[in-house]
Amino acid sequence: MKRLPAAALLALLFARHADAHLVTTGLGPVYDGIGHLLLTPEDLVPIFALSLYAGLRGARAGRLALFVLPAAWLAGGLLGLRLGGVTTAPVAAVSFILLGILVAADVKLPDGAVAVLAAGLGFVHGFLNGPALAGTGPGVLGLLGIAVVAFVLVALAAALVVSLRAPAARIAVRVAGSWIAAIGLLLLGWALRTSGGPA
Amino acid sequence: MKATLARRRPSNEALLALLILALAMAPARAHIQTGEAAGFLSGFRHPVSGLDHVLAMVSVGLWGAQLGAPAVWLLPVVFPMVMAFGGFLGLAGVPLPGVEIAIALSAVLLGLAVAREARPPLALAAGLVGVFAIFHGHAHGTELPPGQSGILYSIGFVVATGLLHLSGIAVGLVHRWSWGRIALRVLGGGVAVAGLVFLTRAFR
Repeated sequence: MKRLPAAALLALLFARHADAHLVTTGLGPVYDGIGHLLLTPEDLVPIFALSLYAGLRGARAGRLALFVLPAAWLAGGLLGLRLGGVTTAPVAAVSFILLGILVAADVKLPDGAVAVLAAGLGFVHGFLNGPALAGTGPGVLGLLGIAVVAFVLVALAAALVVSLRAPAARIAVRVAGSWIAAIGLLLLGWALRTSGGPA
Repeated sequence: MKATLARRRPSNEALLALLILALAMAPARAHIQTGEAAGFLSGFRHPVSGLDHVLAMVSVGLWGAQLGAPAVWLLPVVFPMVMAFGGFLGLAGVPLPGVEIAIALSAVLLGLAVAREARPPLALAAGLVGVFAIFHGHAHGTELPPGQSGILYSIGFVVATGLLHLSGIAVGLVHRWSWGRIALRVLGGGVAVAGLVFLTRAFR
């Protein structure tokens, strides 16, 4: 019976965290980061929307977004890890609405503006990933996983849209943008309701 | 034998084994993705749960197909955003009078537009559809159930609405044949009659 306290102490030493609100794949921090992005529509859909928009603007804009977005996500994420980026602002809803309208209306912005959009989106969303990745989360390696999967997503989606030539196919992309903007509007209303705003 | 079993207590070795087993336990991962699928399905079901909504959404697609380009692609691009704006107003608690009457009226007028194969100026058609979209969205916005995943509910909701439009457009493609044009007009008449039934209910 004397071995019991020792075993209990050992159990406490090996006790692990509850991992609340973070997807844990069990495959290591890089995959945790990948899983986090793929299972978080608040981050995933804006990346998809930006890819569609960059693709609509052409190959050069697509290439800019391809490199700027993951780099900005990394930079913002590193800052978020250090500072613990938290906000009450409905960032996801604003990203959905802004990028969705740009895609739906096929707004003709210069390539530089697409790069600025990619930088802003990556930095802000990366910064807000901070609390999920910090502490007992996957940390910098998780952030790296997020940046890699963002790179792959932009490469695939933007390249697909750049290759579209049929007017009907480009309209289908714009319909997708309108759906994204619509989701953003509902999300904004949802945020107002849950925050006890004007409702 | 029974007495022996009744007196048997767990040995220290068994307790130790239990503790070692506890060491190997995976973390509980509380709150991860709970109810997410339910949120999406709940949102997806909402637009298709009311016949008045379904008839109006499909009619928008049918009418768009009758009108041809650019209405056929303008409506599915614009309608979801306008409808979501109505949903935003509903969620934000902005009151809109006569929602049920407007929804029933939308089925009547859109059904009549399809039945008559009406061809008003594009701005007028888009304006009419847009106004009704706000009422439909508002009704959905005020009915959103609490406790769901907001984003997945919204995704399910918008996808279902968009698919209803696309269904209408797909059915409306029969417009290229003469029998198809007649069939669409009959469908439109049916929608208008159903809308009248909804309208009389809304006034009760």
